Amino acid sequence: MTAKKRYERPAIKRLEAQMPNKFGLRTAYVPMTHVDGVAVKDLLKEHGSPLFVISERTIREKYQEAKQAFTNRYPRVQFAWSYKTNYLNAVCNIFHQEGSWAEVVSGFEYDKALANGIDPRLIIFNGPDKHEEDLRIAILNDSLIHIDHLEELYSIIRLADELSKRPRVAIRVNMDTGVFPIWDRFGFNYENGQAWDALNKIMRSGKLELTGLHCHIGTFMLSPSAYGVAALKLADLALGLQQRYNHEIKYIDMGGGFPSGNTLKGAFLPGTDTNPGFDALAEAITTPLVNSNFPANKMPLLILETGRALVDEAGYLLGTVISNKRSSTGKRITIIDVGVNLLFTSFWYDHKISPAQSFSNYTEETMLYGPLCMNIDVVRENAVLPLLNKGDQFVIHHVGAYDMTQWMQFITLRPRVLLIDMEGRAHIIRQRETLESISQYESVPEHLKKIAP
Amino acid sequence: MNRRKVTVAVTALNAIDSPGPGVPVIRGLKESEMLDVRIVGLSYESLEPGIYMHDIVDKVYQIPYPSSGIESLLARIEYIHSKENLDVIIPNFDAELFPFIRLEERLRAMGIRTFLPTEKQFDERHKINLPAFGKKYGIKVPASEPVNDPNEIGKISKEMKFPLLVKGKFYDAFVAFNADQAREYFHKVSAKWGLPIILQEYVKGIEYNVIGLGDGKGNRIAAVPIRKQYITDKGKAWGGISVGDEKMLALTDHFIQSTKWRGPFELELMKDEKNEFSLLEINPRIPAWVYLSVGVGQNIPEALVRLALGEKVDAFSHYEIGKMFIRYSWDMIVDLKDYQQIATYGEL
Amino acid sequence: MKKMKSNIALSESGFVFNPNTGESFTLNPVGQQLFEMIREGQDYQSIRKKFLEIYEVEDSIFEKDYEDFVHLLHSYQMMEPDEQA
Repeated sequence: MTAKKRYERPAIKRLEAQMPNKFGLRTAYVPMTHVDGVAVKDLLKEHGSPLFVISERTIREKYQEAKQAFTNRYPRVQFAWSYKTNYLNAVCNIFHQEGSWAEVVSGFEYDKALANGIDPRLIIFNGPDKHEEDLRIAILNDSLIHIDHLEELYSIIRLADELSKRPRVAIRVNMDTGVFPIWDRFGFNYENGQAWDALNKIMRSGKLELTGLHCHIGTFMLSPSAYGVAALKLADLALGLQQRYNHEIKYIDMGGGFPSGNTLKGAFLPGTDTNPGFDALAEAITTPLVNSNFPANKMPLLILETGRALVDEAGYLLGTVISNKRSSTGKRITIIDVGVNLLFTSFWYDHKISPAQSFSNYTEETMLYGPLCMNIDVVRENAVLPLLNKGDQFVIHHVGAYDMTQWMQFITLRPRVLLIDMEGRAHIIRQRETLESISQYESVPEHLKKIAP
Repeated sequence: MNRRKVTVAVTALNAIDSPGPGVPVIRGLKESEMLDVRIVGLSYESLEPGIYMHDIVDKVYQIPYPSSGIESLLARIEYIHSKENLDVIIPNFDAELFPFIRLEERLRAMGIRTFLPTEKQFDERHKINLPAFGKKYGIKVPASEPVNDPNEIGKISKEMKFPLLVKGKFYDAFVAFNADQAREYFHKVSAKWGLPIILQEYVKGIEYNVIGLGDGKGNRIAAVPIRKQYITDKGKAWGGISVGDEKMLALTDHFIQSTKWRGPFELELMKDEKNEFSLLEINPRIPAWVYLSVGVGQNIPEALVRLALGEKVDAFSHYEIGKMFIRYSWDMIVDLKDYQQIATYGEL
Repeated sequence: MKKMKSNIALSESGFVFNPNTGESFTLNPVGQQLFEMIREGQDYQSIRKKFLEIYEVEDSIFEKDYEDFVHLLHSYQMMEPDEQA
């Protein structure tokens, strides 16, 4: 018996002016049948759908690309892996192997970094909510503590006495870089003198080792020039410390916020075309530092905490079509097994989605809904896709950042996460959740154990 | 005279009531005395009139929208190039310029030339950056603010008085007389062209326009100032007349010299009651009324192609003042099979 | 039985012109095959048999797609009104 032909839903489309005809978008939907050489259909068959897949190769290549961009322009550069972006241990350890320090924003993340075996002196502890116990451990471990507010500064001074240690600290500075909104809820403001006030307090206390200056000006920043402004302002503070206190800081930490290749909602052109790459960002950041008055042999170390731009493109979310139907107005609706529970970032991106098998060139506009029993579960309001049928598979691109930390255990369990290594071998790096993994934290009072009267 | 044979691809064949510049560019090229031009039209939709003008357009291919990304555009051009052996591409839509500027080197490696502004020039003159542009180059521009959220409109309108212009990132401009109207236009414009939208001070006066061509080294190759005589309800010129105004030419020269502008452009200027010019907008491409420049002695499309090919091009030294263009519409009779051909195969 | 209006024109490229309404349409290859069979006047059972023979498709899915397709043909005014039973 000869093999049957691949079926595609029969479709008829009215040609309208102002509407891209089927040709216009022909090349936009190249199917993605493999991730790093491994077939999508095999992966889903073996590990179930949906499934997160991370490419180790892409992570390492992105890291090298970023490192090159900065080290070509500045003599001393250090990356610190932003745990909140993706704190799966396997992912963190790829970055640590490449040479990244750890950047954490909670006691939980701090412990995770320690458990991964990173030298505690190479952990940067950021964020507005460091508990007293966290601070105590970080001080004893000689980690780098970036102070967010005055209460924290006073706590650290007190703990320094208590523990007879000289904590290594930096302050986080917020500032006007010409972009809106200003992230002024974190750290000390540059323009109104808060930053200097904090620096004076640190220097006069005599109990803390002021090692650096830190800023983090925003998220998904499309304008490299804003980083140039920020670098200039931090350099100004550093040189001021030199003048006032004859104190040399060791590093300037420019934080993160670099955009990935994702396309923000409302953008006209795709993000992969328009978003600034590492070269443009490195140029903007390093130029004011190189041109500032630091003596050539005493340039501060430049630390970067970019997370999204390094890992987003390494992450894929594989899934399967559950059903398609028409809305009351005749619009096509496609229901998939991936919802906002796994794809939190779909609230602000129009994710690129590729079919995982080939189709004719015919496309249609469709709304993509997730499987949750919730009206907000919309993955794309409007996507132009081939004629997907029940059981067809697809790949959602650029999901390496935040999706595996902000995901929700809601209505259903979270799927497996795979890592494809440099040799194309797949490793499970996070198991699929089970009923047990969720219920284990619950307890039912004795009188509620029996539900029958 | 022995004319050089070249194949030129041209976009914006939408010669409709809000016309693209493609068809007049093609007319200029077809009338060239130096070049023997074969025209490959590039279209997005199946009803662009230029597709069906077989007397001046030799072949048409559909190309993917800029929103589908640079790689799909390049893949399509590679295919077209394999059939047509293109020498030059002239993109004429604002939204296309960014992808084509990004592709310049890769197209050159394939043997296809363009003559476009640099990415820096393109960014600097963007509507959003116009205030900074004016400051940097000492050119008077109206106050304007980018707006990302309709709630910002109230605050900005306290600093700038109504009426205000609500402008899209690429196209469209509406005059709003109050905050409610501004909000309405905000949604209309942002739905079509994305964020931010631009709120701009409304300058009263008479609008003048200059079409020009810079060689990228600071030299003016061509410049023709006009006054638009009749503007349609879509804000497009229906008629216009070439004028002689040294002030405008001086401003144009200042613009070209200080930016070292490369490629074609249109300056939108407003002359106020004190006879001073404000620069409202710089369009980094050929305007739809380019054929007037051909008619007054400056064949800008021809000069553009020659610059793209690396030829030495002498600057035009004069143009006829007091010549007019009057646009008219013309109904072609088209066979359904032509429409069917372009709609299903993307080629005609 | 579903009957298509006799003057609907279909080209080899999958382009459809409805002279009654002046509208044009395009079909994907599977749609074109189905369209032709409906135009020839074949009934659902024979179309279904043929499709299940050639294509890798579940019966229930094809039935749903067929109904959706015919519904569209009706809404595009390409079908004769259903003969009332």
